[in-house]
Amino acid sequence: MATYNTSQFRKGLKVQLDGDPYLMIECNFVKPGKGQALYKCRLRHLLRNTVIDRTYKSGDSIEAADVEEIDAQYLYRQGDQFVFMNVQTYEQYELTLDQIDDAWKYLKEGMNCSMLLFNGNPITMTPPNHVVLRVEYCEPGAKGNTASNVTKPVKVETGAEMTCPSFVEMGDLIKVDTRTGDYIERVKE
Amino acid sequence: MGGDSRRRSRLVLGELATGVASYSRMTAPPLHPDFRPTANWDALRLWAVMLARLRRFFAERGFIEVQTPLLSADTVIDRHLDPFRVEDAGRTLWLQTSPEFAMKRLLASGAPAIYQVTRSFRQGECGPLHNPEFTIVEWYRPGDGLEEGMILLSDLAEAMLGRGPAERVSYRDAFILHAGVDPLAADVASLRRAAAEHGVATPESLDALDRDGWFDLLLVGLVAPHLGRTQPTILFDYPPSQAALARVRPDTQPVAERFELFVDGIELANGYHELTDAAELRRRNAEANHRREQDGKMPLPEESRLLAAMDRGLPSAAGVALGFDRLVMLAAGAKTLAAVTPFPWDRA
Repeated sequence: MATYNTSQFRKGLKVQLDGDPYLMIECNFVKPGKGQALYKCRLRHLLRNTVIDRTYKSGDSIEAADVEEIDAQYLYRQGDQFVFMNVQTYEQYELTLDQIDDAWKYLKEGMNCSMLLFNGNPITMTPPNHVVLRVEYCEPGAKGNTASNVTKPVKVETGAEMTCPSFVEMGDLIKVDTRTGDYIERVKE
Repeated sequence: MGGDSRRRSRLVLGELATGVASYSRMTAPPLHPDFRPTANWDALRLWAVMLARLRRFFAERGFIEVQTPLLSADTVIDRHLDPFRVEDAGRTLWLQTSPEFAMKRLLASGAPAIYQVTRSFRQGECGPLHNPEFTIVEWYRPGDGLEEGMILLSDLAEAMLGRGPAERVSYRDAFILHAGVDPLAADVASLRRAAAEHGVATPESLDALDRDGWFDLLLVGLVAPHLGRTQPTILFDYPPSQAALARVRPDTQPVAERFELFVDGIELANGYHELTDAAELRRRNAEANHRREQDGKMPLPEESRLLAAMDRGLPSAAGVALGFDRLVMLAAGAKTLAAVTPFPWDRA
């Protein structure tokens, strides 16, 4: 297993602590002139996003994390399993609903997304920033109301519920920001 | 909760995307592609002005400026200093971690008060306050002891920084005040306890019995940050195990006649009432090498021309080494050496 020793420590390093992948987000070198060198590091868990502080002394090492970001295509859902394909190797990967989290709301079959592999196993994925979804059901809007500050709930083709301006109709295509879940605009076919 | 975690995990992916290539290829830190200096011309001008002021300070006191080799067959043996090794025609030379050995050879050969401004090299020391190559000012005055050494250092700090003369705090008093432990009386378990009680981040690999390692941890984590805040501070009378090349004063509680200057919590200079006993230096060299081997480091040559000089007789003297880049950095109100030097390590 590859390791990094303290002389290789720096921001951006992907490392493994207790089997979990972390990103080194800060590394400060402190040393008394005639004393022990210390490396004060701040690390972020790549999945939970929790931040921890660790101090190392020169000569220490940390296991490297084999973390790779790949382009993947979403194929289909089977119960709580979501199946993706590496667009380069055609290899298939499965993620659970837990790993997917809220992103299921935006997943349409055939959609491209990015996926994170840790030691060769998929651990999370991210959909494109913007996706276009068809509105499957909503209450009809008040006639002539084009104001976007009046909103209503709609159900989109993935089964997710979103909030849209009241002028959106059933069958419309809407563009959504997947980072915030916000409606952006109506899209023409 | 779900939506929120979604957003955060995307940020992580973004960071990775802009990050570096595959981990297996990452061995050395990348070099910065920019050819331009990191310091602006105001800072570089201040550097030059301060160097002129420093030379005037020493000239006014009758010091002679000397220059000694950067590459030498001899090198300081310190547990925590790693010199760069250079090979030439079957001969091993070392880039000097400080000009100490050569300047003491001059002292043993009848030198008057001498000073030097030169480059020094320490492997692996790289960070906001460290550069593996840096400018060092080092001076020796025969006849000086601890007291005279500290007075001269205080005068220099006042002349260069204009923040008043230095206050003095003994290592013992500073540790009692800021770490709640008496460093001369405490066993290593008390040092460990002090670190834990104050929540000092501690490397897992730090040997529970490595007394000096715990001293360093407490100094860096708890003591130094308080030093030199309102005026420069000289910390003096170190534990004998931290003597390095200082003589140990055989009081009821022996202490090393070592002193250091701190400004804004930053270590600026290190001085000794110099050890003159060759047998004692041989003992400390062997001890330092033993420690180096335990730390998995290369042992360094124990015999040197300095020892030959000390065998002949080194006059009693005080000597100090000062980090000049850090001095300019503090005068400029900067936070990094890169702000006052043109080409730090990744642009060297």
